[in-house]
Amino acid sequence: MDGLWHQNTGLVVLLGLCPLLAVTGTVVNGLGLGLATLLTLVASNLSVSWLRGLLRPEIRIPAFVLIIASVVTVIQLLMQAFVHDLYRVLGIFIPLIVTNCAIIGRAEAFASRHHPLAAMVDGLATGLGFCLTLVLLGALRELLGRGTLLSQAHLMFGEAGRALELTVLPHYEGFLLAILPPGAFIGLGLLVAARNWLQTRRSRRSTVLNKALGAA
Amino acid sequence: MSGKTTGVAHQVLSSAGLLALIAILGTGLLAAVNELTRERIAEQERQALIRQLGRVLPEGAYDNDPLGDTLTLRHDSLSRNDGAVRVYRARKGEQPVAVVFDHVAPDGYNGDIQLLTSILADGRISGVRVVSHRETPGLGDPIEAERSDWILAFTGRSLEDPEPEHWGVTRDGGVFDQFTGATITPRAVVEAVQRALEYHQANRDALYRRNEQKRDD
Repeated sequence: MDGLWHQNTGLVVLLGLCPLLAVTGTVVNGLGLGLATLLTLVASNLSVSWLRGLLRPEIRIPAFVLIIASVVTVIQLLMQAFVHDLYRVLGIFIPLIVTNCAIIGRAEAFASRHHPLAAMVDGLATGLGFCLTLVLLGALRELLGRGTLLSQAHLMFGEAGRALELTVLPHYEGFLLAILPPGAFIGLGLLVAARNWLQTRRSRRSTVLNKALGAA
Repeated sequence: MSGKTTGVAHQVLSSAGLLALIAILGTGLLAAVNELTRERIAEQERQALIRQLGRVLPEGAYDNDPLGDTLTLRHDSLSRNDGAVRVYRARKGEQPVAVVFDHVAPDGYNGDIQLLTSILADGRISGVRVVSHRETPGLGDPIEAERSDWILAFTGRSLEDPEPEHWGVTRDGGVFDQFTGATITPRAVVEAVQRALEYHQANRDALYRRNEQKRDD
């Protein structure tokens, strides 16, 4: 369960930054790639865990690569068939999920040593952590850059999604930096800082509490 | 000694066999999913194209299927490096209505801008849309119809309206607005549309000719 907070892929381990930074111009794009990565993580963790009895150490890495590449291609085909417009927007980043080292990392560090159920939960937690980071960063950049949230939601949820589009700041002139690549780096830096701040505050509080308990 | 070698050989072979097995499983899965989704993907792509053509062609003015009435031509002014340009033709009965160029503005700020330009038989434009581009978000992307009305300014224009010396962005003395901070993007689009009009004027009859691959080089 560490993938959600303590070992968050995007904010702590800092893996898979290429898609993370590239697609997070809007919430919808972030969510789309986040969900695709989540699915990949769960499916690849499950397959690796199922096959773990068969895999020898010397062939495990090529086997992981084969499994992950197959899973990603299946997801790509499914997206192309069922959420075609979103697929057109996310374009080349879907196949690039293969290169997200977080996925092979979880396969190696966790799934190849654990029961399928545990591996699935681990994939879910890691994927959710990554997905949340993408959505947060997307929200930050979209809000600052365009003054909207969830714009183009219809690409993902169909025509009903148009109702979800929020114009938070009407007549907003836009803040270009937030949308451009440097804005992605700055935004990610801010999120990492915010997470670290929360983390230190939390651990300081628990040490104070422990001391107080010890003194009593 | 020989026992050890056999052991190693056995291990290598079984590892290779295992990898091959995984590769076969993966390939089989892909083949199955591909087979299941292929028709749906083709249909989705067709639908997307129909929607795009519907936006540039005059509604209800044609009764054929422009997707089934196409022409592929090569001309430097319509694409980059002599690439193929697809042309969709709309007719009513035997009367030509419009041709839609699926062409490219090669000189955008970030490379190619892919356009659909629909030109009526009388030389007026019935609509232009950007299909794909990599222009700077926030600066160059008002060329998308979803972000601004800019691209609609082409509708009804022709080579005579405005006159050739005013076919350009405001900065170049033309009638089409540029955007704050971005001149290159709109200039690229305006010039590409003008080139499509010129090509249309020079080759109008050939463009509507049926079932013949036309090459112009």
